[in-house]
Amino acid sequence: MKAKYLTTLISRIRKGTGENGNRYQKLRIRIAVGMFVVTILPLSIMLVINQHNFQKSLKQETVSQLRTLASKTKHSFELFLQERLSAVRYIAHAYNFEQLKSPDKLQEIFYTIQENFSGFVDLGLINPEGIQINYIGPYDLLGKDYAQTDSYQGVQVSGDWISEVFLGYRKFPHIVMAVERRRASGQNWILRASIDIDTFNEILGAMGLDPESDAFLINQKGLLQTPSKFYGEILTPVPLSVPPKTMQPFVRETEDRQGREIFLTYANLANQKFILTIVKPKASFYKSWYALKGQMLLVFLISVLLISLVIFRLTGHMVRQIKDADEKREIAFRELEHSHKLSSIGQMAAGVAHEVNNPLAIINEKTGLMQDLLLASPEMEKRDKFLSLADSILQSVERARGITYRLLGFARRLESSSEALDVNQVLNNVVGFIQKEADDRNVSIQLDLQESLDRIVSDQGQLEQVFLNILNNALAAVEDEGRIEIQSWEESPEMIAVSIADNGSGMSKETMDHIFEPFFTTKKQFGTGLGLSITYGIVKKLGGEIKVQSQIDVGSRFVIFIPKRQSVRS
Amino acid sequence: MKVLKILLVDDEQEFVTALAERLELRGYEVRAVNSGEEALQVLEADVPQAVVLDLKMPGLSGLEVLKRIKEQFQSLPVLLLTGYGSTKDGMKGMQFGAYDYLMKPLNIDDLITKVHEAVNASQ
Repeated sequence: MKAKYLTTLISRIRKGTGENGNRYQKLRIRIAVGMFVVTILPLSIMLVINQHNFQKSLKQETVSQLRTLASKTKHSFELFLQERLSAVRYIAHAYNFEQLKSPDKLQEIFYTIQENFSGFVDLGLINPEGIQINYIGPYDLLGKDYAQTDSYQGVQVSGDWISEVFLGYRKFPHIVMAVERRRASGQNWILRASIDIDTFNEILGAMGLDPESDAFLINQKGLLQTPSKFYGEILTPVPLSVPPKTMQPFVRETEDRQGREIFLTYANLANQKFILTIVKPKASFYKSWYALKGQMLLVFLISVLLISLVIFRLTGHMVRQIKDADEKREIAFRELEHSHKLSSIGQMAAGVAHEVNNPLAIINEKTGLMQDLLLASPEMEKRDKFLSLADSILQSVERARGITYRLLGFARRLESSSEALDVNQVLNNVVGFIQKEADDRNVSIQLDLQESLDRIVSDQGQLEQVFLNILNNALAAVEDEGRIEIQSWEESPEMIAVSIADNGSGMSKETMDHIFEPFFTTKKQFGTGLGLSITYGIVKKLGGEIKVQSQIDVGSRFVIFIPKRQSVRS
Repeated sequence: MKVLKILLVDDEQEFVTALAERLELRGYEVRAVNSGEEALQVLEADVPQAVVLDLKMPGLSGLEVLKRIKEQFQSLPVLLLTGYGSTKDGMKGMQFGAYDYLMKPLNIDDLITKVHEAVNASQ
C-alpha cells in the first residue's frame, strides 16, 4: 500500500522533472537547429555554386583543350599538304617539259623527292591533251587519259590542285596533287603526284587521343577521308552533321548515332576540302567531373559531420551549464528564503525567550525566598509539603530556563560563524531535539560515537541543520518501533565522518538520483522538497561531501564527511 | 566575618526585593534600587563592597552605569545580570571592567560565590 503510494508519487515527481528536462531539451534543439542552419546553409550554397563553377570551368578547359588540339593537328595537315604541293610546284618550275618527258630524268626526280618527303607514291606528267605521257610509280598508269578527272579540270582553274581522298584507277585510297605549268603557246602541261594517306593516319595517331575518342578527316560532303574507329569505313558518309565553313576550330556538344554524348570538334583545313573532326565522348569528361564532385561532396559531408558533432557537444555543454546555473540560482534563492524564514523565527524566539526569562527570574527568586523562609521556620505547619512544592516550582523554572536557553541558542546559531566544535556534542544536541518524537513512536536512536574525536572548525548552526534534516528524514522513513543508528568516526587526518542510518522504507535508484534536487519530495503534502537540497548545499559550503546508500524496505544510510578545517569559501 | 555590603540594581521591582531579602537572610547587607540613576545616587553617599547590575534597564542602561561606576570607583567589583542567552552583552560588559556576568534566572549560590570571588579579587 505504502510502496504503491510512493511509486505513484515518484512517477508524478519524475513527470515534473521530465517536463523540466523537456524544456532544456527543446532549448537545446532550438539552439542546435539555429546553429545548423547558419553553418550548413551557407556551406550548401557554396557547394552548389562551386559545383556549378567547377563544372563550367572543367567544361571550358576540355573545350579549349580540344580546340587547341584541333588547331595544332589542322596545322600539321596543312603543313604536310603545303610542303608536298610546294615540292611538286618546285619540280614543275625547275624542269621543263622536255626534261620531264624523259623517264630517266623523272625517275631521278621521283627518287629524290621520295627521299626527302614521305608519302609520295608516284609522279606523272600529263600532256596538254590530258594523257599521262610519263609515269614513275608502282602502277601501270602510263598512257592513262585524265582529261575527264577532277584533278585535270581543277588544276586548269587554279594552277595547282589537291584532291580529296579517292580510290581512282588504283583502288587504293590516296590523294592527288597536280600543278599546271602554263606556257605562252597554250600548251599547258601538268605534273601530277599521288600521296598515300598513311601519313594522314600518322598525324591523327600523333594526337594521342584516348581509346574512347576518335579523330578523322571528312570532306565537305561528309565522306570519311581517313578511317574512323566508330563512324565507318573510309569514303563512307559519316553519321554526323557537316559543319559550316569556318576557319577557326569549334566545339559542339551533341549526341552521335549510338546515343553517346560527345564533344564534336571541327576544324576546316585551309584548302577547304578537308575538315578535321575530333569526337570525344563526354563520358571521360564526366568521369573527371564526377571524381571532382565526389571529392567536393566528401569534404562537404565531413564538414557537416564535424559541424554536427561540434554543435551536438556545444549545445549539450551550453544547456547543461544553463541548467546548472538555473538550479544553483534556484537553490540559492530557496536557501535565502529559508534562512530569512529561520532568521525571523530566530528573532521571534529570542524575543520570547527574553520576555519569558524576566518573569522566570522573578518566580525563581520568589520561590527561592519562600524556600529560605520555610527553612528558617522549623515549627511551621505543613513545612515539608511547602518545601517540596517550592522545590518542584524551582525544577519547573529550571526546565523553562533550559527551553529559553535552547531557543536563544538556536537564534544565535543562525548567525553564520566558525568555531571549534565537538561533532559528538552537536549530534547529541540534535538528537535532543527529536528525542521526544522518537520516544513517542518508540523509535530507538542508537549513538555509536568515536570517543576523543578531534574538534573541528565549522559552523555549529549549519551542522545542526544538516544533521537535523537527515534525522528528520530518517524519522519519517522508519515505522514505529524502528531504529536509527548514528555513528561518528575519523575518516582521515582531514575529515570527520558521520553516518545516519535507518531501517525504514528505503529508496529506489530513481529516487536516490533525485533526492538532492530542489523540490524533489516523496512527502508530497508535508515536504517542500528542499530539506535535502539545502542540506546538500550546506555540506558543500562547509567543504564536505554527502553520500547516500539505500535499498527499498531495508533502509537508508547517509554519510556526511566534514573537513576538520574549513577551507576558506565565501 | 565582615558583613559584605551589596548594591543590587534591577528595574524588575519584584525580582530585586526577593533577591535582596534572600541575600539578607544569608547575612549580607543589601541595598536594592530599580534604576541606574538611583544606583549612581546611592553610590555617591555610600560605597558598597560589590554591585550586582542588570544590563537591560530603561533609562540609563546597565552598560552606561557600569562605565560611570568604573570612572569613579575603579576598584569596585561589578557583577552583571543578563536576560539574554547571548553572551555577547556580558562579554562586552567584561571589557568595560565588569568582574563577570550571570544569566537570569540565576542560582543564588552561584551569585554568592561570584560576589565573594569578585570582592576577593578587588582587594
